Amino acid sequence: MAHNWDFATILQNWPVLWVGIKGTVFIFVITVILGLGGGLIVGVARYSKSPVVSWPARAFVEVFRNTPVLVQIIWFYYAFPILTGIETDPFLAAVLGISLNTMAFSAEIYRAGIQSINRAQWEAGKAIGMSYNQTLRRIILPVAVKRVLPALTNRGIEVFKMSTLASVVGYVETLNQAKLISDLNFNPIESYTAVAVIFFVVLYPVVQGTYVLERMLRKGD
Amino acid sequence: MSEILRIENLHKSFGDLEVLKGIDLTVQSGETVVLLGSSGSGKSTMLRCLNFMETPTEGRIHLNGELIGTERGGRMRYREAELCALRARIGMVFQHFNLFPHKTVLENVMEGQVIVLGRGKPEAQDKAMAQLDRVGLAEKAAEYPARLSGGQKQRVAIARALAMDPEVMLFDEVTSALDPELVGEVLKTIRQLAEDGMTMLCVTHELGFAYHVANRVLFLHEGTILEQGEPQSILKAPATDRMSEFLEGHSLFKLPD
Repeated sequence: MAHNWDFATILQNWPVLWVGIKGTVFIFVITVILGLGGGLIVGVARYSKSPVVSWPARAFVEVFRNTPVLVQIIWFYYAFPILTGIETDPFLAAVLGISLNTMAFSAEIYRAGIQSINRAQWEAGKAIGMSYNQTLRRIILPVAVKRVLPALTNRGIEVFKMSTLASVVGYVETLNQAKLISDLNFNPIESYTAVAVIFFVVLYPVVQGTYVLERMLRKGD
Repeated sequence: MSEILRIENLHKSFGDLEVLKGIDLTVQSGETVVLLGSSGSGKSTMLRCLNFMETPTEGRIHLNGELIGTERGGRMRYREAELCALRARIGMVFQHFNLFPHKTVLENVMEGQVIVLGRGKPEAQDKAMAQLDRVGLAEKAAEYPARLSGGQKQRVAIARALAMDPEVMLFDEVTSALDPELVGEVLKTIRQLAEDGMTMLCVTHELGFAYHVANRVLFLHEGTILEQGEPQSILKAPATDRMSEFLEGHSLFKLPD
């Protein structure tokens, strides 16, 4: 089936899309920091020998890893305010859903990283009088995090794409703005293609960069 | 000479397996004690109980006259902070060196000083350089462990332990993972320490080292000290059949004197 591609309307509406792109970048930055940063805390807690610490962390991971992030976002937008009396807006609901989901996934990545470190490193820290926390912070984590950096980068890329899910509760980001353009100009093919192209143009160089990063890390070992 | 370490009735079990069945030992300051025994005799476990890498199941350990832990309800209780402080006073060197791979040689030797002893960086660096010089590796200070030979790694590990100014040093089969031609440099370093008056307990299979460097040799068998004495007598004329067998096994391929 032939389609007469016409991207002129998209270019005319570029300022509308640009607002969306800024919204995408903004929510990405917030959720990637909260998700990967908070995941470190959950991952360390998950690794703890004390069940009082590790069990809540484990429960958290299981809940947020085994439910769809789209459902989480919708739930935080519609159900959470009614259950708790705490008002949310599209931005907050999306940030909660995406960050908590990312925390759960990255916690498992960090935990795997910590577990991959030879037990002898714990012993070496212990033998010079370091406490558990000192050894974890100074000896184990620096090596563990470096080791899982490629996996974390992949998570970051997922987070960037997940940001489009925020459109479902009406947060102003790229997909949402494209829908707006499409509804006003009746050009869904061009509008949604534009969204795909924008994400590809941003992510492709990033992914290529991660290959370089992985190769550099492997050399350092 | 004064007593520095006293071990009374040391027991250690892992589940149902009793590895140490009542060890008594007093070590004098400046003494070099070598622990011999076949694998499974409990020698490494004994060493690891002394700095509480393993917690003894029963028994008491005194360092410099102080009892480690407190006795309550007929059992010894240990607080983690107390054990950290104790480990800082006892140096330990491992079979597989266990250097910190992400830190340079100098940083490896500074780490415990700065983080555990709270020394300032300039002081820690001076002490680290002095210890690296002592083991002959001052010029490798800026290297990462991955670029060192096994013997060099082990000497850095020794410097790392020494930089804490330990009262006792524990060596746990520190030459077993080395290529034969690298064993000498490490043993020479340890021998120098002995001559400098460091108190040391060494688990080793190097009978020559035991013979020439030790003040006392302990022979462990099935979790007890079966025999002990001066190396010159005990290694040449062991009193028990078990130890004779052990020594024969070790000298089968030695060239005759």
